[in-house]
Amino acid sequence: MNPAPSVILFSTLSGLGFGFLAFLGFGVLVPSGWAAFFLWGLGYGLAVAGLLAATFHLGNPKNGLKAFSQWRTSWLSREAWASVGTLLLLAPVALSDWLGLGLPRTFGWPGAALALGTVFTTGMIYAQIKAVPRWHHWLTPVMFLTFALAGGALLAGSALAPLALVVAGGVLLALWRVGDGAFARAGQTMGTATGLDRIGTPWVFEPAHTAGNYLLREMIHLVGRKHAQKLRWIALTLAAILPALVLLLPLGWPGLALAAVLHLAGVLAARWLFFAEAEHVVGLYYGARG
Amino acid sequence: MTALPQTTDRKLGLVIDLDTCVGCQACVTACKGWNDQGGGLSDQDPYGADPSGTFLNRVHSYQVAVPDAPPQIVNFPRSCLHCEDAPCVTVCPTGASYKRAEDGIVLVNPDSCIGCGLCAWACPYGAREMDADQGVMKKCTLCVDRIYNDTLPEEDREPACVRTCPTNARHFGDFADPDSKVSKLVAARGGYDLMPDMGTKPTNKYLAPRKKGPGEASLLAPLLDIKATGVAGWLDKMLGKLPG
Repeated sequence: MNPAPSVILFSTLSGLGFGFLAFLGFGVLVPSGWAAFFLWGLGYGLAVAGLLAATFHLGNPKNGLKAFSQWRTSWLSREAWASVGTLLLLAPVALSDWLGLGLPRTFGWPGAALALGTVFTTGMIYAQIKAVPRWHHWLTPVMFLTFALAGGALLAGSALAPLALVVAGGVLLALWRVGDGAFARAGQTMGTATGLDRIGTPWVFEPAHTAGNYLLREMIHLVGRKHAQKLRWIALTLAAILPALVLLLPLGWPGLALAAVLHLAGVLAARWLFFAEAEHVVGLYYGARG
Repeated sequence: MTALPQTTDRKLGLVIDLDTCVGCQACVTACKGWNDQGGGLSDQDPYGADPSGTFLNRVHSYQVAVPDAPPQIVNFPRSCLHCEDAPCVTVCPTGASYKRAEDGIVLVNPDSCIGCGLCAWACPYGAREMDADQGVMKKCTLCVDRIYNDTLPEEDREPACVRTCPTNARHFGDFADPDSKVSKLVAARGGYDLMPDMGTKPTNKYLAPRKKGPGEASLLAPLLDIKATGVAGWLDKMLGKLPG
């Protein structure tokens, strides 16, 4: 699949933002005054920046409001509801922290839960797609959730952050391991895609067209798989291992900032791989695995 | 509404006969021609160095190694299969993608489409292509603006690809009616689904190329069986006795 920067930025930034908002909402970190303004602002900023990045992926964003209409069947529509719902539900809590209105912390819980729900819907958008076997697994939403929680814990300065980062790294490793065999397990070949396995073994004689097309650009994207193994180690080291180690050192705020930057870079690399390594079964028609 | 209808009164679709398709691309051209009206199917740099465009139908060519028979070239038209369990419909966040309850045709309403591309990801068959100029998704409409069009002569009230096919490799009809031409063809020739394990329940069916039997020897073979005579014949006999 095409690792479009808009989608990578969206899932990385909004995942981190909603993860952090969940920690703020649950009251793991209760800032006040201008600290509250900046910390809530950071959470909202990341979440909204991610959502804005996602709109750059749309071919026709002027119909955007209609994306709220199909929540009964569409995970993308549910994501729209969950994200806007989270931002609205947490707004009074954020204002209360900033202005010292003394709203009980329980008011933050529904919004915090919905923040995690938003991340879950993001994961389900990918996990529901059977035509991309690597994504079609329950570990996909688990990966998005553990990364949101780990990133949120990191930004919240939680003592559990190193553990959460290690867990997220473990989930990432598991998803890679499961994903590597997923296409073969799905059992689709050029023979089943064309049905020509009935008479023999097909291979491409001539492509359907001599130039590129949307399918090739969007779903049969072969860039970068050559260095996938190296990138995996870079992603895992930056996203989980290094930030966890940095947090264990007594470095204070600068350490936290360094850990956050490393984590963000690692997650961006991991998300790039999430798309670049995903193979779509339509590639079978073109003699590529996807 | 992107919820799929429980059942459809009719199941309109195509049967594509891979035995008779000659890969002439006439269906591709006719499809592009008919659907190029109105919003149309845009092309980018069509006469330039890097041409690209939106098509609803594309014809691949495969070489097939057939056990105990000569290899075959099979031309393979690929377009929307108007699936009963169309995953492209349910993923749509706006309701632009829908399956008609009356005849099962899967359509996109461009006035609601946001161009997110999720439906194209959900389709295992590559049936949907984003129009790069308009930013909305395009797909086969089964020529819904021909098949019910009373202003056209009756013989033209079928999809453009079917109407134009010079070898009659494409057939249009109602699969819900067991007596329809397409239902009978599928029953007689063992029409099959593409990637049935994807759980999409395609309406369109494909007919496999007929068995060609063992390959016949070349017509020139008797002429190649040269019997050497005279000195050459003696040499042939002597050389044949040498070891190695």
